[in-house]
Amino acid sequence: MGEKLQADVVILGGGIVGAAIARELSRYQLDIILLEKAPDLAMGTSKANSGIIHAGFDAHPDTLKAKLNVRGNELYHQLAPDLGFSIKFVGSLVVAKDEAEQPMLQELLDRGRENGVPGLEILSAQQVLTKEPNLTADIRGGALWAPTAGIVCPFQAVFAFADNAVINGVKIMTECEAQSIATSDGQVVGVETSRGFIGARFVVNAAGLFADELSRTAGDDSFTIQPRKGEYILFDRKVGDLVNSVIFPTPNKVSKGILIAPTVHGNLFIGPNAEDIDDKCDVSTTCDGMNYIIEGAGKLIDRIPLAACIAQFAGLRATAADGDFIIRSSTTVGGLIHAAGIQSPGLTAAPAIAEMVAELLNEQGLDLREKPDFQPKNPPQIHFAQLSVEEQQQLIAQNPLYGRVICRCETVTEAEIVAAIHAPCGAKTVDAVKRRTRAGTGRCQGGFCGPRVTAILARELNIPIPAVRKDTAESNLFFDKLPADGEVNCHD
Amino acid sequence: MINRYDVVVIGGGPAGLATAHSARQNGAEKVLIIERDRELGGILQQCIHNGFGLHHFGEELTGPGYAHRYIKLIENDPGVTVLLDTMVLQVFENKTILAVSPDQGVIQIEAGAVVYTMGCRERTRAAIRVSGDRPAGVFTAGAAQRMVNMEGYLPGKSVVILGSGDIGLIMARRLSLEGASVKAVIEIMPYSNGLTRNMVQCLEDYDIPLYLSHTIAAIHGKDRVQGVTCAKVDDKRNLIPGTEFDIECDCVLLSVGLIPENELSEATGIKMDAVTGGPIVDQMRQTSLPGFFAAGNVVHVHDLVDWVSEEGEIAGKYAALYAQNKLSESPKYIKVENKSGIRYVVPQNINVNQAGMVRLYMRVTHPAKKVSIEVAGNSGVLLEKKLPIAKPSEMIAVDLPQAKVEQAEQFITVTLKE
Amino acid sequence: MTEQVRRVSCIVCPISCQGEVVFENGQIKEVRGFNCPRGKAYAQTEVTAPKRMLTSTVKVKNGTIPLLPVVSKQPLPKGKIMDCAKALREVCITAPVKEGDIVCPNILGLGVDIIASRDLAAAN
Repeated sequence: MGEKLQADVVILGGGIVGAAIARELSRYQLDIILLEKAPDLAMGTSKANSGIIHAGFDAHPDTLKAKLNVRGNELYHQLAPDLGFSIKFVGSLVVAKDEAEQPMLQELLDRGRENGVPGLEILSAQQVLTKEPNLTADIRGGALWAPTAGIVCPFQAVFAFADNAVINGVKIMTECEAQSIATSDGQVVGVETSRGFIGARFVVNAAGLFADELSRTAGDDSFTIQPRKGEYILFDRKVGDLVNSVIFPTPNKVSKGILIAPTVHGNLFIGPNAEDIDDKCDVSTTCDGMNYIIEGAGKLIDRIPLAACIAQFAGLRATAADGDFIIRSSTTVGGLIHAAGIQSPGLTAAPAIAEMVAELLNEQGLDLREKPDFQPKNPPQIHFAQLSVEEQQQLIAQNPLYGRVICRCETVTEAEIVAAIHAPCGAKTVDAVKRRTRAGTGRCQGGFCGPRVTAILARELNIPIPAVRKDTAESNLFFDKLPADGEVNCHD
Repeated sequence: MINRYDVVVIGGGPAGLATAHSARQNGAEKVLIIERDRELGGILQQCIHNGFGLHHFGEELTGPGYAHRYIKLIENDPGVTVLLDTMVLQVFENKTILAVSPDQGVIQIEAGAVVYTMGCRERTRAAIRVSGDRPAGVFTAGAAQRMVNMEGYLPGKSVVILGSGDIGLIMARRLSLEGASVKAVIEIMPYSNGLTRNMVQCLEDYDIPLYLSHTIAAIHGKDRVQGVTCAKVDDKRNLIPGTEFDIECDCVLLSVGLIPENELSEATGIKMDAVTGGPIVDQMRQTSLPGFFAAGNVVHVHDLVDWVSEEGEIAGKYAALYAQNKLSESPKYIKVENKSGIRYVVPQNINVNQAGMVRLYMRVTHPAKKVSIEVAGNSGVLLEKKLPIAKPSEMIAVDLPQAKVEQAEQFITVTLKE
Repeated sequence: MTEQVRRVSCIVCPISCQGEVVFENGQIKEVRGFNCPRGKAYAQTEVTAPKRMLTSTVKVKNGTIPLLPVVSKQPLPKGKIMDCAKALREVCITAPVKEGDIVCPNILGLGVDIIASRDLAAAN
């Protein structure tokens, strides 16, 4: 790494929690470094989840989940326009199949009111079908309607937080793995990383599935993280209007059940199941899992549009033993703050978790002095497809690359891809471009634009084509052609 | 700036090239081809193998060679304008087209007639729900073909191919010639979907095993593909437990079907055929919207480019006549219906007021030997065509003379007789 | 003990006969299972002197695209196809190229030229 790095705070993990904390702390006069072991942010739980801004009626009132969910939901209303990511408050329905499930709706209503969730009401089966005509007519028990629930693209939210953090001076180091938290006399002194030592008095542990392992390196073994797999199926935009809001079944003890929801980009998805597994890296989809979620979603709508399926994927929730978030100072190590066990509603709660972590750091003795020049907003991002013809003309006149459509399914131009590569927290891989621009997220899944995006990355990063990667460190996409074995003549 | 053309052709692949040329030969003065790629020719430019053009040119050509014959005709014709590197954003019902390119920005074009020749795209892993990891090294065969044949890179060094359609077989040979090891071709059906010639010259020649009635149950690998688990399937295509075996590889190519690329057509409000995935057309290749025509793989996926060119010639001719107000304005349609053994027939409608022989293109639902194709109207059988063999992978053409069309009266049915 | 049988899939027409060629003491004794004389003839050639067309690409300097597709002017002995493909991997030519231009004359001394299968303009 060359020079020795020093920071006031090192944040471990570049998911939604780490990025939200980085952005929150960037308000203050602090040197902050965020470490991410993968080549891009949002590569763990944050890239494969339901993308729902929950209203906040699920968690029990005395939990962190309940408190931070409701506060997080509120905060997103301002954050989305400031940071420039899409969000839609489409509302959610918890539907009851029959009378036997109705008491649960009442329980959720009561709990939600106690948690301070606004606007909750119980709808009759008829009202539900008016709102959602494509739901199965078997739903006879009505539903709990939560108008404040929303949908968001989870990784775009991460990039938006991270870009803003960088604009406000945070240093983000990707492909830099935190190996251990260094302590001296029970106090954090820094982080040992794959790229050398970084000195710091404060460490925020937002390492998701690996938060327990990193905590243990500092001698704090107060919690363990259990990976719980959830699989999803994503559908083409042409069936995106099958439902208008987020539809949950009546929940059971393990999870909220198989839900069906629109995405903020107009797609539709079903999922997730909930399988406790051992391997923290296993995000494979399974035949059984797919069948399970198809069957589960089949209880909500009559006909799952399987022919319009464009992707299947799985994510791992980082669950803590008692089910609540672990957001507290370490009881054994000074200067170490945990933001761990962040499963659902972690995406919703993230901005509120960030506020809470700032308070905890302050209690631990970190001086929080506001920056006079804090920039709360990101510069606007350009989405060519959403502009008027006049605006498109102006853009192309300034930069002809806006006139070259690379992803035909989602109408993403070369200029947008170049901008994503050179953003404050820029894309270095094909999937990183995809998650920032949507190039490759459409119905052909990159069949057409994949090779073209690869070529643009090689050109902009000044690397050879075989060095371009899909997503992870060793995920190179193409090889140089093989040489002949030398036994034949060569012309030139 | 507003540009006006008699016929605007969207897509400069084989269908578009034939359409544009035919439109010019049939009296259209100004013809425009809009192509999103850097050159004309479409997918032919990456299909460097030979075997194209036996029907159409009477000789065996490579894909680029076939394309080149049409490209020369187009380049030497001052009546055809070509816009390369240009993407159509929107087509309106009044035949106004919005397109965009780096050179010209957003341009508005007015057309006398519009011909859709956008071709098709490949089915993806998601469409067939292959389980497992999502590592680098899983490509559709066509995307890999472009990398190998046009950009100069390999998608993998040891490869398993899912699907025994011709693109999969051709890629098995191509990668073998480039020094990669092709471990297996896996086919879910009990028969191959490729030409026998390709089975022999692309698989047998290189000792590549073909597993019929098998599929990939899971793909493995965290970063790059490390292997696949294959398994046998039953006659309902469900995995048979206990038949799994693993193959080590660093690449999986998918050759699992093609889907007509009809986002523009659908957005224009054109009626689609659920089986072909393309617009419903008549024998002039006119769609449900007057003045909008379609040809080639955008209508239905063809097996031979020769048929694509033929269809382009039909669409180009009638689009030109439409643009010159020379098409009869009182069409009378009868339906062509596919009956047992026939998966689909194109055209789906016949305008009986339009003179001339009608060639019916069709595919069968399953392979069968010593069969006949029976074409009937409501008054009885119109004609029967005997075939020594019929395969789903090979398109069948049956010519219906004008007199027979007239006899049909209200409808036409097409049946496979075994 | 000297009788040998080779299965041959005919590629002459879509019927795709699956026939056999029977050898005795290295000589063809019988060709069976083919519906027509063309099939029989194909099978005989296929087991005695099989030939294949070769298509591949060669590198291009200063072209509008980095590769030029090429094709053998006539069929090559099947057993030499892999060696020819290897030889072409080392060939690099300079644009512009015209369709039909000889890219590699008399490849591996087999008497067959490898020619360009398309025009390729020079960049700029």
